[in-house]
Amino acid sequence: MSFDSFSEFLAMGNHGVYVWSSYGISFVILLLNVALPILARQRYLKNEARRLRREAQQ
Amino acid sequence: MNWTWFHKLGSPKWFYEISGRWLPWLSISAALLILVGAVMGLAFAPPDYQQGNSFRIIYIHVPAAFLAQSTYISLAIAGIVGLVWKMKIADVAVQQAAPIGAWMTVIALLTGAVWGKPTWGAWWVWDARLTAMLILLFLYFGIIALGHAITNRDSAAKACAILAIVGVVNIPIIKYSVDWWNTLHQPATFTITEKPAMPMEMWLPLLIMTIGFYCFFAAVLLMRMRIEVLRRESRTRWAQAEVARQIGRSA
Repeated sequence: MSFDSFSEFLAMGNHGVYVWSSYGISFVILLLNVALPILARQRYLKNEARRLRREAQQ
Repeated sequence: MNWTWFHKLGSPKWFYEISGRWLPWLSISAALLILVGAVMGLAFAPPDYQQGNSFRIIYIHVPAAFLAQSTYISLAIAGIVGLVWKMKIADVAVQQAAPIGAWMTVIALLTGAVWGKPTWGAWWVWDARLTAMLILLFLYFGIIALGHAITNRDSAAKACAILAIVGVVNIPIIKYSVDWWNTLHQPATFTITEKPAMPMEMWLPLLIMTIGFYCFFAAVLLMRMRIEVLRRESRTRWAQAEVARQIGRSA
């Protein structure tokens, strides 16, 4: 461990704001990149299911 | 050399099957490597003697910047494959990799700005490295916009491939910008030929994070490409069967 206490770890020697905000922004962007294709897949499957049901009724 | 795999790759069905088998492993590796790398980089690496703890931003900044550039090179390679061998999957790769590359460029630029403030005293400077990265972002935007703007799929594929190939000239400019011009940006952290200038506890998290980011890219790219392949192959029997199977599972 390079820090003596958890509060020191959070403070990052006065650079806490910079370090934590850049990690925060980056992880949000990474999660967004995972969520977008998952949502797109669900949307596509939902649309296809609706189309198949409609065609089955005709 | 056996080229069967290369010809098989042109088959969307084969791609869909093989990528489905790789995806879980890539996702697990990406999640584990990024988690371990972040914990090591944030808590265990020693602080830099000049920059203190702000240097810990390196563990996301450098992998994201690496990936942003590698993604662009892979766009150009996929572009060449698409133009030369008329492989349709190459265009799927170009279209689906471009947004990921753009997001990685955004991460590199944003974390760079946040790192620049405590280190240089400015969020942004019109420095060669930073400007070249901004141009990279605009090249990604160009490819994404071009892919959406042209309705004819084959023409769109050709136009995007050509833009990707031409834009690759920016990559050596980014790489050597720190040597060619006077710059605030520090020189390369990693070189393949030389021993790292950092102690092991400092560069090991960087290595883990970089591999993790590459796995992340591969996993997200496959996820995106699989949806696009299903969409483009929606008239084929195998894609219809797969969609029916997926609908049945989610219902």
